[in-house]
Order: sequence, then structure tokens, then C-alpha cells
Amino acid sequence: MKFMLMMNAPYGTGDDIRTNTEAGLAWGVAEWPPDDVKAMIDFMIRFKQELSDAGELVGAEGLAPPGQARVVRAGKGGAPEVTDGPFPEAKEFLAGYWIVDVESPERAYALAARASASPGPGGAPLNMPIEVREVMSGPPPADE
Amino acid sequence: MTAAGVDVPGEHLLRELAPQVLAATVRRFGDFAAAEDAVQEALLAAAVQWPEEGVPDNPRGWLIRVAGRRMTDHLRAELARRRRQGVVVLEAPPDEQVAPAPDGGDHVERDDTLILLFMCCHPALTRPSAIALTLRAVGGLTTAEIANAFLVPEATMGQRISRAKQSIRKSGVRFRMPTADERAERLSAVLHVLYLIFNEGYASSTGESLQRADLANEAIRLARAVHRLLPGDGEVAGLLALMLLTDARRRARTGPGGELIPLAEQDRTLWDREAIAEGVALVTATLSRGAIGAYQLQAAIAAVHDEAARTEDTDWPQILALYGLLERMSDNPMVTLNRAIAFAMVHGPEAGLERLKVLDADARLADHHRLAAVRAHLLEMAGDHQAAIAHYRKAARRTSSLPERNYLIMKAGRLGGGER
Repeated sequence: MKFMLMMNAPYGTGDDIRTNTEAGLAWGVAEWPPDDVKAMIDFMIRFKQELSDAGELVGAEGLAPPGQARVVRAGKGGAPEVTDGPFPEAKEFLAGYWIVDVESPERAYALAARASASPGPGGAPLNMPIEVREVMSGPPPADE
Repeated sequence: MTAAGVDVPGEHLLRELAPQVLAATVRRFGDFAAAEDAVQEALLAAAVQWPEEGVPDNPRGWLIRVAGRRMTDHLRAELARRRRQGVVVLEAPPDEQVAPAPDGGDHVERDDTLILLFMCCHPALTRPSAIALTLRAVGGLTTAEIANAFLVPEATMGQRISRAKQSIRKSGVRFRMPTADERAERLSAVLHVLYLIFNEGYASSTGESLQRADLANEAIRLARAVHRLLPGDGEVAGLLALMLLTDARRRARTGPGGELIPLAEQDRTLWDREAIAEGVALVTATLSRGAIGAYQLQAAIAAVHDEAARTEDTDWPQILALYGLLERMSDNPMVTLNRAIAFAMVHGPEAGLERLKVLDADARLADHHRLAAVRAHLLEMAGDHQAAIAHYRKAARRTSSLPERNYLIMKAGRLGGGER
């Protein structure tokens, strides 16, 4: 079964959100001590490698900060109408995702919990919310 | 899907020989994981050389020799590495270092493929690992082909296979037949893995996943091989029959856009008559021998469907009776659900709906999309269209299959649920 694990990172709090997101600093990572940033990056690399070694990785990507996001709608004649994203009311943004191929939903939840506990400032687990969604499959198996 | 690309002469032969060559190599060297790699290399070498130089007179012997040379190279490198590290370990116990008789004959070859299957489907492995390893070690497929069939990166599939081999090594499974005590359980694990491979292929044999249809063929080929090895086993025959009788409907099961066509609406002239005849013959022969198992019963049900020239000719009372037997044999709520459908076809939709109430209390099925879909169908039969629409939509929200969701939404729409 394939699942997408979506890492939703919270925006920073207070008045600095907008400045931070515009500078690509949402989530405050850029304000962490360098060693903590390195620990987080190391974790992400290691986690991806672990998934690959376990034969469970389908794909994983980190996304550019939401300050660079654009929202596109079809305008007149289907031409793209581009506005600056993200939506101002959003409290969280998609920071990255993993697609895994695992034996059961429980295994996907276990992996999501691992990702959630990525180290943050001072090495404390971030406990970020990870949204787990099953990837839609082809037709159902044979069944009378 | 082929071991060596399409249209290679001797390709079919290679796939046939793969498990025999692997077994001979494991017997001689004892190290399953390394032997498996060596055999893959030998198969690749054959795929390159045979088309140009012709198939050797003794292809099996050729492959065993080449795999043996690769093993020797591997062992030499391994020995040098250990010497550098000051480690001396004897890998295989002496009884496994004995070379096989020069000509083991048919008997040994026959058992070898079975032993390999038992190893690859060992309960110590996760299902995805067992599936991958079976397709490679017994099916003779390459890692790339298996990765392609399961839509995962080749590196991921490679790791899955190598971890499966590590698990086998760690579990200490020896290259031998399971004991009489283990045998029934181990055989049922083998059959389950083959069934999962079949379903993976059958379920996805449409549109962009066309190549995956070959997984169904591969599962049938492997089931055929097991049936040849154990012709007297009813469940093996039952599984092969079930696959053939199900696969026979493949072409009728989806429309040109990949949309699902339910059994009742399929164009039965598209069904594969030859596969049906073979499946029916198999299941008839095995049922007459007694000791009936779940695969045989499922095959018998599939046979009853396949033998009806038109939907309305379906012998539902017989299907109902077969589901009754199946229900007594397994604690699977899906069987109870299917039995409720048969009950409705015999005694009317209201009676069927009554039966579904039991399943609402079953936590395994209460939120399952199939329960909602069956209820919707029976409500539609009973003429309660508004309730049917609601349940088709409920089912559509819950399924994780895209074509099935589309089908359920269309059903709701046709009953007037799409009107504004």
C-alpha cells in the first residue's frame, strides 16, 4: 500500500510571519543555531536513506519555502493567473513529503511518527503534524 | 515482462531454468543470498550471449557453470576480505558443502523448485519481501522488472530483495523441504504469496499500468509449476483454477477508458473460453477428490459465474450454497458480505439487506466501502433509489481505488444523484 506522508510545518508566530515567509524563513529554521539546523538536515538525509534501505521509499522531496509559492488559477481562455501564495489565513504549510510503499497503514503511521520527531532547536523533537494519506490505487482486486 | 528483454530467443527457457539453477547453486555453495546474485548474473550473461552464439546444448549445465564461476569469484573476494580483517568463518555447515550428484535427475529438480518457493515465502519475511523475492528467485525476473511492476524505484526494490535475503540468512532457514509438521502452513504461505501476486496484476491490468497485467500471467505460470509438482494437492489445483477462471474475464472487466465493468454488465463474449474450460476441469477434478479448501470453493464459485452464458442464467442457489461452505471454513467478513449478495439474488434484495445488518456490528467491515457499495446495490434493486444514492456516495468516499470510486460516483449519478 502506498501512502503520502505530508510534513506540515507551522508558520512562525507573531507579527514576523510575513517577513519571515517572504525571506523564506518560515518555520524559523533560519533562526536556529547552526548545529541544530545541521542535526535536522542530517536526520532528514538519514531518514530517507533508511526508507530506501528498507525497500519502502517511492519518493521524497522537500519544498521551497512558502514565501516563494505562487497560486495559479485558470483565467480568461485558460491563461494562467498568478498571484503570490500562500493563503494568508493558513497556519501551516507543506514543507515536504515522502511517498512510501508499506505493508500496512500501521507501518505508515510508525514512519510518520519517526518523521514527526525530527530534531528541532536544542535537539528536542519537533513533533510536527504529519498528514498520512493513502495513494489511490488501480481497480480493486478480484472479488465476486 | 521478461528476464532479458522482449523477444530474446531462449528467454522462456531461461525463466524455466532459473529456479533449478539457483537451487543447484545453493546446494553446492550454501549461501542463498550470494547464490541468488550469481544466478542473476548468469541469466544476464545468457541473455546477452545466447542470441548471438546460440543456445548451448545443455543450457541448464551452462547456467550452473557460469553461476558457479561467479560464486567462486565471490567467495575468493570474500575470503580475501576476511583475511584482511583477520576473520575466519565457515559459512555453511559441512553437510551443505557437499556437491550434488552429477545428475540429480527429475526428482531433485522437481523438489528444488518447491524448496525455493518455501524459502522465498517463509513466514519470517514480510509479504512485500516474499513477493519480490519469489518473483526474482523463482520467477527469474530482474529487479528492474519487478520494480516496474510495483511502481517503485529500482533501488527500493533492490533493497527489498536484499533485505528479504538477509532475513532468510538470519532466520537460519536451511535449503531443505519443510518437515511434515510445518508443511501445511508453509504451503499455505506459498499459495497466499502467489495469490497476492495474481491480484496485484489482475487489479491493475488497465491503462497506464498495462505492463502489470504480466504479474497475473506470472502468478499463473508459478501456480502451474506448483500444480505440476504437487498434482494431488487440492488447494494448489484450486488456486490455479481460481486464477484461470478470474483471469478469463480480464478483457471484459474494464472499458476502453479503464472504467470498471461489474460482472453483471460484462460482455461475456470477451471471456477467454479456453481458460474457463481449463479452470472448470481443474476444479471439477479436485472437488471430486474430497478435502475441500477455501481456494477450491472460491474457484467453484468463479466457475459457476463463468459457466453462465448470460447474467440472468447464473445459478445463484449454487453460489449461495458454496458461500455457505466457505463461510464455515473462514472467519472472513468479506465472505459473509458476498454470501449476503447471493442470498439477495436468491431470496430478494430485502432479505439480503436484512443480512447486512449483522455486518454493521463487525468492526472489520462496518466502515468498509464494500459494505456501503453492496448495500447501495441492494437498495437499488429494491427500488429505494434515494437511499441507494446515499450509500453509493458513502462507498465512493471510502474506497482507495480510483476506478472503483469513479464507478460508484457514476452509479449514484445514473440514479439521479447527479441532478441539481
